Amino acid sequence: MRPILMKGHERPLTFLKYNRDGDLLFSCAKDHTPTVWFADNGERLGTYRGHNGAVWSCDVSRDSMRLITGSADQTVKLWNVQTGSQLYTFNFGSPARSVDFSVGDKLAVITTDPFMELTSAIHVKRIARDPAEQTEESELVIKGPQGRINRAVWGPLNRTIISAGEDAIIRIWDSETGKLLREADKESGHKKTITSLTKSADGSHFLTGSLDKSAKLWDTRTLTLIKTYVTERPVNAVAMSPLLDHVVLGGGQDASAVTTTDHRAGKFEAKFFDKILQEEIGGVKGHFGPINALAFNPDGKSFSSGGEDGYVRLHHFDPDYFNIKI
Amino acid sequence: MAAEVMLMNEIEAKAASMGIDLNIDFNSIQLPRGEDCGIVSDDEDVYHDDHLEFDSGFGNVIVVDNLPVVPREKFEKLEGVIRKIYSQIGVIKEDGLWMPVDPETKKTLGYCFIEYNTPQEAELAKEKTNGYKLDRAHIFAVNMFDDFDKYMRVPDEWAPPEIKPYTPGENLQKWLTDEKARDQFVIRAGTDTEVLWNDARQSKTELVYKRTYWTESFVQWSPLGTYLATVHRQGAAVWGGANTFNRLMRYAHPQVKLIDFSPGEKFLVTYSSHEPSNPRDANRVVINIFDVRTGKVMRDFKGSADEFTIGGAGGVAGVSWPVFRWGGGKEDKYFAKLGKNMVSVYETETFSLIDKKSLKVENVVDFSWSPTDLILALFVPELGGGNQPARVSLVQIPSKVELRQKNLFSVSDCKMYWQSNGEYLAVKADRYTKTKKSTYTGFELFRIKERDIPIEVLELDNKNDKIIAFAWEPKGHRFAVIHGDNPRPDISFYSMKSSHNLGRVSKLTTLKGKQANALFWSPGGRFIVLAGLKGFNGQLEFFNVDELETMATAEHFMATDIEWDPTGRYVATAVTSVHEMENGFNIWSFHGKLLYRILKDHFFQFLWRPRPPPFLSAEKEEEILKYLKKYSKKYDAEDQDVSMLLSEQDREKRRMLKEEWEKWISEWRRASEEEKLERQKLRNGEASDEEEEYEAKEVEVEEILDFSEEVLFEE
Repeated sequence: MRPILMKGHERPLTFLKYNRDGDLLFSCAKDHTPTVWFADNGERLGTYRGHNGAVWSCDVSRDSMRLITGSADQTVKLWNVQTGSQLYTFNFGSPARSVDFSVGDKLAVITTDPFMELTSAIHVKRIARDPAEQTEESELVIKGPQGRINRAVWGPLNRTIISAGEDAIIRIWDSETGKLLREADKESGHKKTITSLTKSADGSHFLTGSLDKSAKLWDTRTLTLIKTYVTERPVNAVAMSPLLDHVVLGGGQDASAVTTTDHRAGKFEAKFFDKILQEEIGGVKGHFGPINALAFNPDGKSFSSGGEDGYVRLHHFDPDYFNIKI
Repeated sequence: MAAEVMLMNEIEAKAASMGIDLNIDFNSIQLPRGEDCGIVSDDEDVYHDDHLEFDSGFGNVIVVDNLPVVPREKFEKLEGVIRKIYSQIGVIKEDGLWMPVDPETKKTLGYCFIEYNTPQEAELAKEKTNGYKLDRAHIFAVNMFDDFDKYMRVPDEWAPPEIKPYTPGENLQKWLTDEKARDQFVIRAGTDTEVLWNDARQSKTELVYKRTYWTESFVQWSPLGTYLATVHRQGAAVWGGANTFNRLMRYAHPQVKLIDFSPGEKFLVTYSSHEPSNPRDANRVVINIFDVRTGKVMRDFKGSADEFTIGGAGGVAGVSWPVFRWGGGKEDKYFAKLGKNMVSVYETETFSLIDKKSLKVENVVDFSWSPTDLILALFVPELGGGNQPARVSLVQIPSKVELRQKNLFSVSDCKMYWQSNGEYLAVKADRYTKTKKSTYTGFELFRIKERDIPIEVLELDNKNDKIIAFAWEPKGHRFAVIHGDNPRPDISFYSMKSSHNLGRVSKLTTLKGKQANALFWSPGGRFIVLAGLKGFNGQLEFFNVDELETMATAEHFMATDIEWDPTGRYVATAVTSVHEMENGFNIWSFHGKLLYRILKDHFFQFLWRPRPPPFLSAEKEEEILKYLKKYSKKYDAEDQDVSMLLSEQDREKRRMLKEEWEKWISEWRRASEEEKLERQKLRNGEASDEEEEYEAKEVEVEEILDFSEEVLFEE
């Protein structure tokens, strides 16, 4: 089907997130206002005003009541999804990069960038049921390794935290003690900055995308490398179909080099791979800048991509997509 | 060193005059450990300096002998004379001229040392002034300082040379006997150099040999594919062997920049250019010709870059490479170099000029050998504002007899193209129009093998068209031309034979408006790749000239290099590191089917390993062609087997992958089942299982939007 072009952001997109029901799509961009859209027709539902810097990521609670956003203005904010009002603001000493609600939505993991003399860090905050009781305190702070942590998510039963970032190593931490439990094997692991990380619907495995032009699929519990998908571009964003055995990789060369080359050289396509055979199935063109964000609708029948060009493209699959055989 | 000695002399003289005993045993003086009395020791520096000097040797020092022996009064004058002579050749280092004096007689000893900035200058000074007559009694004898050392070390007694036991060499042609008749190629990406088999049947490569930092600048196959040459700071080396690559020979040539094999790979020409100390001087060029098998220098040429930059367009750093062009096919008998008003032709028996003199041709600017015969084609441009026409002449070597000559009027530029069998020569001449404001192009076609070498003139249908590319069909009688001014030029094919008259050139066809700017004929002829490189972003058209039809069109985005394999079965297209993105190569079949592609960052070189020409006679080849069906049966069967095997392997692989995946899935199911209760607890008892299996329910809703009743009249 013709993709729906959603124009609302003025700056490059950074993150996309569907709610659990798959009827709402939340988008974050380098402009300061996260936006919520109807996931079906791409109509804009509203914006969340209050941040004073690029918004790097967001997460929405299971009941679609709360939205959490992390921003370069060194704050993480909790919002009321429905009214768009700010519920609480966590302040940090450095830009907040990634946010993720735990199972049960009682905890959130937040990563902050290295800034001035601060190193990168992973913070765990308790999210109160009633915003009035919300406190600033961290349950746990893990001093990060060298470089930025681009993404941190919860492991099974909130017992672990999985982090990945600039040093190209995936780490699993104990979410109670902050102890480092596992590190990905250097030989088989990524060679360059890991830009994105997304969990499967059941949380049993996750997919990482890296500037080393590959994406890798890992077992969440053992951190075993299961699959590698090799492409021709640096990978900025990854997504996994919850319905079929497909993975999608998005990327493109650095924004700084884009203007100097033909648009075909950039290959700003979302590439579909067979999850099991690791072979490329197809591509979806459209963006005229690198793809920074990708998300699958939980029903697996549509997906959206956010580009450096500031657009969100919403793609509903044609019927023949569901019969692809390779 | 020289300066130091003088210093010591002076100190001693001073000490003697003041009556001081200098014989102090410095070793007896000991400072407490770790104590330097506040003085920073410069010993280490001195030591270090000395060390460095020994490392580099005295390659830049010369010894001038047979100088006049003069008393002290005339010392300054003699020194002045010497300095004047030697500073003309190069820059003498500060304190770099030392003329020792006999301490007793205070007279010079009749020799001096001169230290230049570079070894090249020292060498040049030695060459230029050895035998220089200062006057009748004083004829300079100039030697390199290092040579003294070398010759002093020669033992007085003759020792019989050690006879090495004979070890049979490896079969350097073994790659030609590959069972699957595959071809090899070399690629260079990043710091790695790899030699690979092209296993087109299985759409992949197979590694033969890989080495990191194999070469410091580039690699090059010898023309018959026997050797792979690598280039290093110290010189060049060639590699080969039956199953792997061993170093077979080294060729010392410091800072070698370019190398070139003779067509029969008997000789290797190496070239280097050295910056002079004085920036006004031209670069100094050193060219060595080595015997490939023995590694012996057969002849060296040294001189300023100017001597090697006559005629020819550009080339590398002013020198058009190769400087020496080899003639006479695979025999490697003659090679020639363009000089001012002459062409110097050397023969390889003695490595000297034929008849001891060069071929005098006034104002010659370009020449080329016939690829098969001992014929030189020379081009002399128009002179005297058109009074003397430009001229192309064919000269036989070694007799130097002019076989044919053609005058060309109002020609601005000229290029010569030989057909690979040496049967035809095409001369592309750019001529001025009457107004002299623009040029147009025509071709002079020589039929070398026919009696009296007839010449035919060919002009394009639209003679104002610019010629973008020209290429002969290898071993054939056809050629292709890309011409036109518009962004989409035309491509025309011509034949030197026409259907009814063998001696006439005829046009076969013109393809209009093609996105192409380069032509790549298959080495076997018949097929050609029309390529749009650079501005056309790598458009490819595979064209069959026998049938005059396009077999396939394709694109290798940003392609920079195209090369047919030596058998004409495959084409490689590559994007080298001139582009930042897309680096790597594609292998195509001759009819334009993409077989496989390999991506490599920082991709520098792709070179097919050449094959020597077959030993089969032309008749035999024809016979094989005739019964090709019979011969190919065996290979067809093999092909089928391979493809069966492949699809079988592929199925097997997929099955394995699926099975493996199933295992993971069941593992995850089990873990998720185990954790189910805990997960529910985390969610305050909310059942949470539908998250794994999403079911899309279709709900049909009927809604009545409007209801109206209309009464229809009945008649």
